[in-house]
Amino acid sequence: MREEHVIEAEGLTKMFGTFTAVDHITFDVKKGEIFGFLGANGAGKTTAMRMLCGLSKPTAGRATVAGCDIVREPERVKRNIGYMSQKFSLYEDLQVWENIRLFGGIYGVAEREMAQKTDDMLRRLGIYGEKNTPVKRLPLGWKQKLAFSVAIFHEPKVVFLDEPTGGVDPRARRQFWEMIYEAADRGITVFVTTHYMDEAEYCDRVSIMVDGRIDALDSPGGLKRQFGVGSMDEVFYKLAREAKRGE
Amino acid sequence: MTLRYLLEKEFKQFFRNPFLPKLVLAFPVLIMLVIPWIMTMDIKNIGVTVVNHDSGGAAERLIRKIETSEYFILNGVEHDYEEALTALEYAKTDAIVEIPADFDRRLTTEGSAPVQVSINAVNDMKGALGANYLGALCNEFSRETLGGAVGQGGAAAAPKIEIVTQNRYNPYLDYKMFMIPALMVIVLLLLGGFLPALNIVGEKEKGTIEQINITPVSKFTFIFAKLIPYWVMGLLVLSVCMLLAWLVYGLAPQGNVGIIYLFSVLFILAVSGFGLIVSNYSDTMQQAMFVMFFFMLIFMLMSGLLTPLRSMPDWAQYMTVINPPRYYIEMMRMVYLKGGMLADLQTQLWALVAIDAVLGTWAVLSYRKRE
Repeated sequence: MREEHVIEAEGLTKMFGTFTAVDHITFDVKKGEIFGFLGANGAGKTTAMRMLCGLSKPTAGRATVAGCDIVREPERVKRNIGYMSQKFSLYEDLQVWENIRLFGGIYGVAEREMAQKTDDMLRRLGIYGEKNTPVKRLPLGWKQKLAFSVAIFHEPKVVFLDEPTGGVDPRARRQFWEMIYEAADRGITVFVTTHYMDEAEYCDRVSIMVDGRIDALDSPGGLKRQFGVGSMDEVFYKLAREAKRGE
Repeated sequence: MTLRYLLEKEFKQFFRNPFLPKLVLAFPVLIMLVIPWIMTMDIKNIGVTVVNHDSGGAAERLIRKIETSEYFILNGVEHDYEEALTALEYAKTDAIVEIPADFDRRLTTEGSAPVQVSINAVNDMKGALGANYLGALCNEFSRETLGGAVGQGGAAAAPKIEIVTQNRYNPYLDYKMFMIPALMVIVLLLLGGFLPALNIVGEKEKGTIEQINITPVSKFTFIFAKLIPYWVMGLLVLSVCMLLAWLVYGLAPQGNVGIIYLFSVLFILAVSGFGLIVSNYSDTMQQAMFVMFFFMLIFMLMSGLLTPLRSMPDWAQYMTVINPPRYYIEMMRMVYLKGGMLADLQTQLWALVAIDAVLGTWAVLSYRKRE
């Protein structure tokens, strides 16, 4: 039996009018992998990710996520994934525990387990004292850690992270990546977009999108060898230079 | 049950909003306390200038009668019609009553005498009503003056038929009684329409809708969770309005209060459903707001709330068939003033049920979890 693929995309395409945002991308993500999804601004990363999450309908091509077809059964896909977007989107006017309860409830966490699981999570995050704080009063780094924890509260098969560490300090980023590793150890596949090349190094495999296409896909080490350079930074520059699209 | 968690969220967000709970309470109270006094179609204080060419006692008595009427303000007695007309043209007075020189003599000898009334009819309602009131005043005057004469055998001038009007359902013709049920409709229409219209689009602007769309929550559950708070709020607001109508104006429904609540449930579903539809199609709050303004005006003006439906042209009357406030206001006035029963309101009931079915389904379908 071949390696189990959690995400399989084949010729996945999205057009907005005459503009091809995502241009026939084909790739697989293995179970338990941390998959880095790189690309310059406007390369089509977010659009591709939104298609995989069932938030956007592909113009052409097919893909399965956790064994569910993203075109025909987007709601089944949603039951098996977690999602955290660069635009922080927990409810700012709700308290920390209320947000956890809301999303836990939506994903079917039993009422009697809710309180215990909430407390456990907050203790793990070290923000138990902020249980009753409205989310809008948390510092950005904490918000992002909380959002990530909420995204994996229901133990999804895959979690999609769209620039999860944008705008936070290096220490918070490091802690965030520790959380990502923990999740991956528990068997959750991580699909992450980022602009930080040091973060790309933490991934098992990395794809780089240029003008809607995937121009490179390999482990960070493999990519560096392939392009004959010493860092992911240089790999990225080499590829991004060829981009025709502006910002 | 997902619905429960979504409802908790909606209610918490509503009560945590620094402004909305206050608005929802203050709005009906202000409307019910202030507007009934302002929105009156009783025309009072019509300015009258008398041009008197007669010096007899009858003319003098007619002038006194105008002066003491609660509907008129006597702006002066002139001897020259031109002068009075100038006053009318400068809008210093609304009507001119011209009494001819032989008024007193003709009244006693012939038993009748002409009086000319000129009235400013720029505001046709005020003009028509003013002319009407003046006519009624003159009739009364001639009855009083000639009453004795009839006894003396001058029967020719005495009116042969007297029309006695009995005002049913609103015996004192108090316009407030007519407007208060309509105001309740306006309150429910505005609160129940605008708040949902701004709700979903608000989540779009904040980005939280993404986090909901990524979950497996069903469209129906989500929309239902958005609707229920407006139901609760609407029924509370309605109760406040009805209580105030009773306490302040002594107006209580003649019919069964249960009917009012039954219809209110249906009506709120219609307007809130409509608001959610607008919200679903809008990208920004501004857009949702303007679209709602547009429809709210049409809803109100075409509902029979302010002007009777029967006076509208046929095409407009056909359009009101799909206007939810039309049925609700008909029910309100019927139950409040006439004591209507459910059996009398079958048309209105089923029309609202049909509108609800359409708008409810549309609200669920227009909420799209996927682009």
